[in-house]
Amino acid sequence: MIVFIPLYAAFRKVPVYETFLEGAKGGFDTAINIIPHLVGMMVAISMFRASGAMDMLSGLIRPLFDYFGVPSEVLPLGMLRPLTGAGSLAFTTELIKTYGPDSMIGRIASTIQGSTDTTLYVLTVYFGAVGIRRSRYALKVGLFSDLVGFVAAIIICLFVFG
Amino acid sequence: MVNWIWLFFIVASFIAAALTGRMEALTEAAFEGAKSGVTVSLGLISVMVFWLGLMRIAEDGGLLSKLASLLQPVVRFLFPDVPKGHPALGYIMSNMSANILGLGNAATPMGIKAMQELQSLNPDKSTATPAMCTLLALNTSSITLVPTTLIAIRMTYSSAHPAEIVGTTLAATLIATAAAILADRWYRSRSGPPNWKDHSGKGNRSTTERPETSLTLTGGRAGPAASVDGGLTAGGGKGEAVV
Repeated sequence: MIVFIPLYAAFRKVPVYETFLEGAKGGFDTAINIIPHLVGMMVAISMFRASGAMDMLSGLIRPLFDYFGVPSEVLPLGMLRPLTGAGSLAFTTELIKTYGPDSMIGRIASTIQGSTDTTLYVLTVYFGAVGIRRSRYALKVGLFSDLVGFVAAIIICLFVFG
Repeated sequence: MVNWIWLFFIVASFIAAALTGRMEALTEAAFEGAKSGVTVSLGLISVMVFWLGLMRIAEDGGLLSKLASLLQPVVRFLFPDVPKGHPALGYIMSNMSANILGLGNAATPMGIKAMQELQSLNPDKSTATPAMCTLLALNTSSITLVPTTLIAIRMTYSSAHPAEIVGTTLAATLIATAAAILADRWYRSRSGPPNWKDHSGKGNRSTTERPETSLTLTGGRAGPAASVDGGLTAGGGKGEAVV
């Protein structure tokens, strides 16, 4: 891709390097514009985890998991996943390290991590870059699909590997 | 809604920290978070600069419009209110392709570019349009064909079958994406297009100017460049507040 795009464009008589610089400039501005948005979000998420509020919340939902025979170790991952990509990846790695990649927990964690994205980050970055303040129903849709993905990942893993 | 979630995080953290006696850790975490926010943004610079440079070449070379016309049917279904042949469609397509191929690094700049193009069609620059919400829904659920990072981690911890989660991941991601599209459709039909009202207004310039008939993009400088600048200035001018 890195070679093909410039080659193809050069063939079409595009001044490739100048064009590259033109586009690249926009990238710098965009990345800088995102900083306040990301700082705001990261602060809130970081506080939420460090204060123990996250643990309390997952303690509330845990009985439901036990009832269905789902390993509750993956629960914090489901809550972490939409909030922080790096954090949930670290948590997944931790689960895989502790319980083994081929354990049910390891498999479910891998599937959850692989099948959804960091909704809050995506929203912050994408809408932050264009200055959207009222996101309407976008967050609801994102979180809903995260929840569906989370549940689907558990059910599918229990079914396939169970 | 983001406002409320943000406030909830802060207040809940404060209460939880007070209960568990982790007040010091809370302050520390706040600054830690701020730091990582800046680190992530700065880390994005290299990727954004490089990919957007490359994508501009692709745009000028006519590759983006090719891609857009190729996947036109899918995008037309998902984004019925984006005019045919609009550069946004090309970026949306590249964003989707990069996501599917698991090239997260490449997907973000193109997704942002797509947003900026959609913003040029937006009459109310601070409120998301339905098309923007759809694009976001697609990105937050992100169809993944091969979860490369996960396979690598599983290999590190000596899994017997590191790639055995490809199938389950694909199934889960398809379900999540389908849910996102359905939910998006539902909200779309329920809320209608509220910020579409001032059709003759200033914001709709690009919609009216762009010829409905042209299936393939011209790839010319004037069209895309104009709307890019429009999107950028709009973003810079009004966009300082927290999302």
